[in-house]
Amino acid sequence: MSTLLTPLAGGVLIGLSALAMLGMLGRITGISGIFAGVITGQAGVWRWAFIAGLISGPFMYHLLSQSTAPAPSVADWPTIIAAGLLVGFGARYAGGCTSGHAVCGIGRLSPRSIAATITFIATGMLTVAVTRHLLGFAQ
Amino acid sequence: MMTRLLMPLLCGLVFGMGLAMSGMTDTRVVLGFLDITGNWDPALMLVMVGALGVTIPGFWWAQKRDRPLLADEFHLPASRKIESKPLVGSVIFGIGWGLYGYCPGPALASLTALHWQPLLFVAAMSVGMYLERAMTNRAS
Repeated sequence: MSTLLTPLAGGVLIGLSALAMLGMLGRITGISGIFAGVITGQAGVWRWAFIAGLISGPFMYHLLSQSTAPAPSVADWPTIIAAGLLVGFGARYAGGCTSGHAVCGIGRLSPRSIAATITFIATGMLTVAVTRHLLGFAQ
Repeated sequence: MMTRLLMPLLCGLVFGMGLAMSGMTDTRVVLGFLDITGNWDPALMLVMVGALGVTIPGFWWAQKRDRPLLADEFHLPASRKIESKPLVGSVIFGIGWGLYGYCPGPALASLTALHWQPLLFVAAMSVGMYLERAMTNRAS
């Protein structure tokens, strides 16, 4: 039961946060865009505040639910660097990631975001198929 | 003060709690969801269902107003059209996502777990963002 309930409830929290950002502040909750704004010195204190909250959120959650944060998967450092570079570059080039396109863009019923979301989920699935099953990596 | 700091801080906090609760910060769960040709774990579909169940009706309702409750205007992406740039970007992003299982939000939300992997990932992701900006600036 809880294995189905926690993803659903977690999704609702994500949706409520995105709705409050739009309804109150008029902002799209695209985390790659907000974070890129922070590290490139774009104006707007709200970006810093949001990222600070985002980083603290899971800590609060695990404290309140008395659970521990999941340990990261085992992978060598070049894989993690490559993954990070591709995610950072690709999400900015795409104009959004899982939050901006999948949660907010589809929330606005934007065809651009629907197409982007289908593309990154399909590419992610293909990547796992190749690395796990064709090349036999274990992570 | 209220709008500029407290509201986005609170929204970020709720977003981060949602990520942790949903399983999105667990790279094993994410890779299990992407592993459609193996032992597929569809649980993360429910994250989308929960989030979109709020944003689709909620965004429609929120935008019936002329302006947001606490700000002067809505800042919305200009284009809704399907173009090659977001698709190419999504292919690159999808490869990186499938390689390790972090997308930007969950990677940032995993920093407080104090492991080296999310730290290294966020550092590399930041470099990727700088590279994209440098390239896009040069092209325009």
